Amino acid sequence: MQLGDNISFAFPEIWLAISAMALLMIGVFIDSKYHRFISFGAIFSIFVALFLVNFGTASENASLFNGAFVTDGFGQFSKSVIYVAAIFAIILSDRFMERERLARFEYPVLILLSVLGMSLMVASTDLISVYMGIELQSLALYILATFNRDSRRSTEAGLKYFVLGALSSGLMLYGMSLIYGFTGATTFEAIAAGADEANRIGLIFGMVFLISGLSFKVSAAPFHMWTPDVYEGSPTPVTAFFAAAPKFAAMAIFARVLVEAFPAATDALSDWQQVIVLVSILSMVVGAFSAIAQKNIKRLMAYSSIGHMGYALMGLAAGTSQGISSVLVYMTIYLIMTIGTFACILMMRRPEGMAENISDLSGLSQTRPGLAIMFSALMFSLAGIPIFLGFFAKLYVFMAAVNAGLFVLVVVGALSSVIATYYYLRVVKIIWMDEPAPEFERDAGPGVKGVAILSTVLIVAGIVVIMPFLNIAAEAAAATLF
Amino acid sequence: MIGLGHYLTVAAILFAIGACGIFINRKNVIIILMSIELMLLAVNINLVAFSQFLGDLVGQVFAFMVLTVAAAEAAIGLAILVTFFRNRGDIAVDDANLMKN
Repeated sequence: MQLGDNISFAFPEIWLAISAMALLMIGVFIDSKYHRFISFGAIFSIFVALFLVNFGTASENASLFNGAFVTDGFGQFSKSVIYVAAIFAIILSDRFMERERLARFEYPVLILLSVLGMSLMVASTDLISVYMGIELQSLALYILATFNRDSRRSTEAGLKYFVLGALSSGLMLYGMSLIYGFTGATTFEAIAAGADEANRIGLIFGMVFLISGLSFKVSAAPFHMWTPDVYEGSPTPVTAFFAAAPKFAAMAIFARVLVEAFPAATDALSDWQQVIVLVSILSMVVGAFSAIAQKNIKRLMAYSSIGHMGYALMGLAAGTSQGISSVLVYMTIYLIMTIGTFACILMMRRPEGMAENISDLSGLSQTRPGLAIMFSALMFSLAGIPIFLGFFAKLYVFMAAVNAGLFVLVVVGALSSVIATYYYLRVVKIIWMDEPAPEFERDAGPGVKGVAILSTVLIVAGIVVIMPFLNIAAEAAAATLF
Repeated sequence: MIGLGHYLTVAAILFAIGACGIFINRKNVIIILMSIELMLLAVNINLVAFSQFLGDLVGQVFAFMVLTVAAAEAAIGLAILVTFFRNRGDIAVDDANLMKN
């Protein structure tokens, strides 16, 4: 394939890169009172990229740039979800950033750059491009975590995220160098072909390092220690973004690396399956137990996300097409729930500033019944109570794990799900049964309210509204990996 | 005769020193940045040694990519460190504990 042909398949990424640079230049030169337009510009350019991914040349299947990237159904599905999550993250930031005196045009530009990184990452089929994509994403995210540069908590969060993120990149790279050394190749296809009995030990070492690095990125235990601090310290819209798009992207490339570079056909499945099972069990248990003692709602969401990553990894551990499809379904539903919850958290504002403690929610049902209903529905869904969308997410990963014969994993998952239900229900109990705390302000802005209402409607009515389509799309996407 | 094994051993030792430097050091965040750099350079030694041993250029291309990204990463790390220092007045690791249960 000629270079020019390759480029037409990469239009979404090229468009994102050019528009990020253009918006950066425009932002530097225009007056600061027009900075809202940079946000609109960023949302517009992500919409265009969403269109290009689904309807242009980029929606056809092809291997690009000597096997460095690929356009396929899996990448298309992941990119679409990531773009939508990024649009919501920009919408959520609108009013908050103005009131915290953080309304700077760099925010949407950084989101665009990290979306570009994620977009490259989920389409990579070569270790070098995986690394470049992950770094492009991470470098933008480090700055976003530090975005409130005059706050001690935000800079501390950024510093911790940077140090541990760089450590995880180092681990991942070390693994990549071993994989390259023992198979003589960096493309996934050639790695799968180069694996044999003679180099198995070296390859397993490399694979374990690679898995540790990627576990950091999805914040799975035992590599989760950065998550609570970064979630708590970062500005809330940034946390909402962190909890959504980068998690999905990291989980997608996790699945792609393991399935394509270490396929079941070469016996490598049994090697990585046990590592993933261990990481999954640890994440679910840590997520369930550590969240119980939390007082800060953002920290609670951090531990909740660690637990949810454990469930998503359960589908990955199955290693089958059904397993990967359940991971995609799980992550998409998790995204809807987590964005909705953070939209509700963004409405927790009093005249003196943002309220972040769970106790601030007490008696919310009497002061703000609408917000109380949305919050409770989201908590029920996160806990995985039937009828709500979160239940179906869990159902699919459990089914995939049972079909793959991972019964221990399923039992641990069910038990930790019961424990996790306790702290979600505790929030609901505080909202409905405790004495009312002072009322929250009512001017969160149309964007935040709209996102909260939309995601609540989706999780309540999701079984008819999105479940049938999501399931078919995820199955088709997962099938392209096998 | 120095073979591949020697290079891999050196790289493994450097990598371990870098990783320990991040966890054991309690005094200074700049030392953490140096440790990160050490880990990435250990990876580069690995890549170049493998590349030479396999007679394959991809490893050296990879090493250049890593070098470039490491430079960008150090720039961002130092920028974050400067904002941290402005708010805190010092850069001791022990003081980075504002958020605890």
